[in-house]
Amino acid sequence: MTLGLTHFLVLSTLLFCLGLFAMLTRRNAVAILMGVELMLNAANINLVAFNKYVAPGALNGQVFALVVITLAACEAGVGLALVMSAYRNLETVHVDEINVMKW
Amino acid sequence: MGQLAAFIILSVVTLVSAVVVVASQNIVRSALSLIPTLLGIAGVYILLQAEYVAGIQVLIYAGAITVLILFVIMLTEHGTGARFRQVNEQVLPGTIAVAVLAALLMAVFFGTAWPRAAGTLPQYTATSIGTTFLTSAILVFIVTSFVLLVALMGAIVIARRER
Repeated sequence: MTLGLTHFLVLSTLLFCLGLFAMLTRRNAVAILMGVELMLNAANINLVAFNKYVAPGALNGQVFALVVITLAACEAGVGLALVMSAYRNLETVHVDEINVMKW
Repeated sequence: MGQLAAFIILSVVTLVSAVVVVASQNIVRSALSLIPTLLGIAGVYILLQAEYVAGIQVLIYAGAITVLILFVIMLTEHGTGARFRQVNEQVLPGTIAVAVLAALLMAVFFGTAWPRAAGTLPQYTATSIGTTFLTSAILVFIVTSFVLLVALMGAIVIARRER
């Protein structure tokens, strides 16, 4: 049994599902952002694995993975700034208590 | 065979620490456990002949984003957050939904015969990545740099204390 594409797809599926579980069940906004990071990493593993095993002629998968890493850094910066702002105004980072816009 | 063993070790490291990230009651432990997860993924990239992506993963994810997350935890949670309830009421529906999604994806992945295009990856990928970014992916490159600039300014504006 040699290392193939399916191994990497299974790993990324498990990582994605763990990240989704964190997003669905965590109350802390920072923990939800960590779940998003896990999901983005799972997508990146898929991109790089497909680049190697399906289309090895060009490097578009790795280029896309680099773009996703950059945008993940942007997302983390803006998301954590929003968490700081919410904490300053509402004294909480728990997303089920941030409900001032709820009627 | 050696590659398969390396993959299994890296997967176990990645998934075990990812479970700690998702399930730990202590939010600082969760953030610190993100580091072995991301380093394990960097190892997986090296197995996939993507050394440059692995280096960037270590620099940006394991280096910068984790430190940023730890800073925000220290500034907001007053320590570990162990005094607060960390999960909401959706644990059971969330578990069911995630398990169904995982089963579906696995069924698709095991049932599909992936085609394989001709060609091989270059021996050392950083040069080719740079060439791709500056020729066929130049628009992506420029738009990404604008998004970085806008996100930088947006983060400063949002996080600045109003007076």
